[in-house]
Amino acid sequence: MNMLEIKQLDVWFGHGHNRVDAVKGAEFSVPEGESFGLVGESGSGKSTILRAITGLAPEWSGGITVNGERLGKQRRKSFYKTVQMVFQDPYASLHPRHSVDQVLGETLALHGFRDIDARVVKLLDDVGLGQKFRFRYPHQLSGGQRQRVAIARALAPEPKLLLLDEPTSALDVSVQAEILNLLVDLRKDRGLTYLMVSHDLSVVGHMCDRLAAMRHGEIVEIMDVAALRGMQAQHAYSQELLQASV
Amino acid sequence: MSTLLDVENLWVRFPTRNGVFDAVRGISFTLGRERLGIVGESGSGKSMTGRSILRLIRAPGVVEADHISLEGQDLLQLSEKEMREVRGKRISMVMQDPKFSLNPVMTIGDQIMEAYRLHSKASKSEAYAKSIEMLEAVSIRDPERVMRAYPHEMSGGMGQRIMIAMMLIPNPEILIADEPTSALDVSVQRQVLDIMDKLVRERGMGLIFISHDLNLVADFCDRVLIMYAGRVVEVCEADKLHEAKHPYTRGLLNSLPRLDAPRDHLEVLQRDPAWSEAPSVSGRS
Repeated sequence: MNMLEIKQLDVWFGHGHNRVDAVKGAEFSVPEGESFGLVGESGSGKSTILRAITGLAPEWSGGITVNGERLGKQRRKSFYKTVQMVFQDPYASLHPRHSVDQVLGETLALHGFRDIDARVVKLLDDVGLGQKFRFRYPHQLSGGQRQRVAIARALAPEPKLLLLDEPTSALDVSVQAEILNLLVDLRKDRGLTYLMVSHDLSVVGHMCDRLAAMRHGEIVEIMDVAALRGMQAQHAYSQELLQASV
Repeated sequence: MSTLLDVENLWVRFPTRNGVFDAVRGISFTLGRERLGIVGESGSGKSMTGRSILRLIRAPGVVEADHISLEGQDLLQLSEKEMREVRGKRISMVMQDPKFSLNPVMTIGDQIMEAYRLHSKASKSEAYAKSIEMLEAVSIRDPERVMRAYPHEMSGGMGQRIMIAMMLIPNPEILIADEPTSALDVSVQRQVLDIMDKLVRERGMGLIFISHDLNLVADFCDRVLIMYAGRVVEVCEADKLHEAKHPYTRGLLNSLPRLDAPRDHLEVLQRDPAWSEAPSVSGRS
């Protein structure tokens, strides 16, 4: 079954002559348990697709189906139990005056869990942080540790689909390796589905089974990772991307 | 090879509540007419090294060194006024993000002309002609229009090329580029680097290229210093970077995902406390 289906998705900002079409006619689907990558330059619309799925881009048309349920303008509470997002900048995505315990505890409470205490401990263990980080504030954590907290927060409602928006591009390569390993393990253990945006083709090559190359809001090519590794892009633009990143 | 810049035993210190923090700990290197790369992770002291050469470390930070000599003249002995003659004219610097280094309320033309006229006695029309020429040199189409434009009207890649034009117009001897392409897309990155490379070569300048991207530095530079915790742990020829010996450099290289060598798990860098204790390797050539 497809965890995510995107059909003829258009996303735009502004009206009249200020209208910018950020995504034009995007179409792809991600089966359950797969990891799918979106690559392209900045401004190509790859993050906008993620934002449209989560409801952060107000104006879109077309079809988004998550776990068999077609999305309307409003997102239901059950949607956020299925889909969670990890953002690019771990420095900006955590509340500076909330401790790790508050961040995770609040998320769990919002999703109606009772055994919050035990779950916070478990979440911290799952992302490799452990108990001693529970009462720290974001400024007492390194970039990699913050990103682990952000991942723990995303895992809190036990989602099926994780949207990853450049989860490692603000991190050093050695820390990037740790976070990518964590994401690989989590997907294996929990049978998660990933939709990952990155400008780094080697990261997508490492993490994903298939990927779509985007340019000016349009998907120019969908290929599997074997084609990427074999440098066998069909479209001229994806070839260009490949050349630039080797 | 003639030596442009000679840095001996450089320390950058910041007093904090918990004692003095040493951001750079006794590094030495020389720069000739070459492209010298400085790589390291965030917090390794690479940017501090670049800034301390221009004495841009603000108080309470302290820069100490046996000497930082620009063609025999010790920059640490100069007064602040004399230092202003060095900045821009003899050593200039391109920073990471053009959004933050261009003045948002001045046209690009005014900014480039100011940079030029500050260091030469050129008239306005000479400065204009020179600016146009410089913008053409960094492959900007329609330079007249760009001269009239404001920074927000430019894309990141254009902004960075404008910065390079502005920094090179007084014809400095040394250019320090601090992560000049990290804010840019891969496809634009190459273009900006090629332009910088061409200009630096043509003018016989020395370039200090600060970056966290090992592959980029291996590709682009002649010689590389690898910094860890404020010290230089290894110096090597850039084209031999992939044969580097130090476990830190090896660890960094191995932690990169590679398209041609897929694996389930990436190698994770195991840090050895001995690395930060070992004395700095000299980057003198």
